[in-house]
Amino acid sequence: MSLRTALGRVKGLGSAKAGLAHWQSQRLSALCLIPLSLWFVYALMGIVNQPFADVVTWIRTPYVTVLLIALVLALLRHLQLGLQVVLEDYVHSPILQIASQVLLRGGAGIGALIAIFSILKIALA
Amino acid sequence: MAEFSLPKNSQVLPGKRVEAAAGAKRARNIRVYRYDPDSGENPRLDTYEIDLDKCGPMVLDAIIYIKNEIDPTLTFRRSCREGICGSCAMNIDGTNTLACTKATESVKGDVKIYPLPHMPVHKDLVPDLTHFYAQYASIKPWLQTDTAPPPDRERLQSKEDREKLDGLYECILCACCSTSCPSYWWNSDRYLGPAILLQAYRWLIDSRDEATGDRLDNLEDPFRLYRCHTIMNCAKTCPKNLNPAQAIAEVKKMMLTRTL
Repeated sequence: MSLRTALGRVKGLGSAKAGLAHWQSQRLSALCLIPLSLWFVYALMGIVNQPFADVVTWIRTPYVTVLLIALVLALLRHLQLGLQVVLEDYVHSPILQIASQVLLRGGAGIGALIAIFSILKIALA
Repeated sequence: MAEFSLPKNSQVLPGKRVEAAAGAKRARNIRVYRYDPDSGENPRLDTYEIDLDKCGPMVLDAIIYIKNEIDPTLTFRRSCREGICGSCAMNIDGTNTLACTKATESVKGDVKIYPLPHMPVHKDLVPDLTHFYAQYASIKPWLQTDTAPPPDRERLQSKEDREKLDGLYECILCACCSTSCPSYWWNSDRYLGPAILLQAYRWLIDSRDEATGDRLDNLEDPFRLYRCHTIMNCAKTCPKNLNPAQAIAEVKKMMLTRTL
């Protein structure tokens, strides 16, 4: 039982002076994803039944390479920011919170590196 | 983790049933959550069949009738009986609202009444709002200025600036919105919730206040402000038809504006 006052508990450690950057990035990455995913779905319809060599040639087109990297970056950033909020909402144990946030950020970061490396390997080979 | 089911000693059991007197023309079942912490028993749902011809039209009239005529142990808060004090906020027919402005006839079938969701319960329909009020105190809900007031008159405000408080000053702090917000359910220890954030915006937008920056600093926190995920239950349930979600969005816009 704590004898701390209700106001003392509410004030806690004070304001973290953070949250705006997260909120802003989540909305900006969402905005980027609208044209990028529309373009990607449209492009997929064009290449879905094409021979392997044609698809590789398509990925090597400079603007396609850049857009694919942009799509992967925006997608993984948005995914990481969104799942971060879900974990903050529902995981209340501090140890699990830190562990899951590290795993999430690490996973998104490594995922982005692998995806970008793969795209560049095809594009620059 | 967030808890999605009630602990065993909080599970609501079936309760007693009281029949209306013979000859009741407009009999209606009022099902009320009952909990007495001193008894050590689980909460239960009691059913009172009452004749609507014998009491006033609102749900508050019905439970006052039950307390006066059937069961004096039924415990609830009420004061003004006209939707301005916010005391009789409770969950009626699945929605948080004021018992005094909710017509019994507007509910189809049995009228189910529970205390405001996800708050500790003192007794029956009386939730513990200590934390909610402490959160309200934490935003310093009063005019803060460095400039002394004019010696001969009140602080002036233009009509346009006064109009900015419309849709905010009407809030009666009944807590219907905060206790309808899933984000507040899971994280009310740190998230201020829609009612308090609407009040915070009421002071942020007041042209006479000189502490806007300090107020924004106090709110700039991943939990205090940014736990709002625009679920919109607050705007849907508000018995005064206010829009706390919009006020929160305005606070977020102010946060952004001061960085541009």
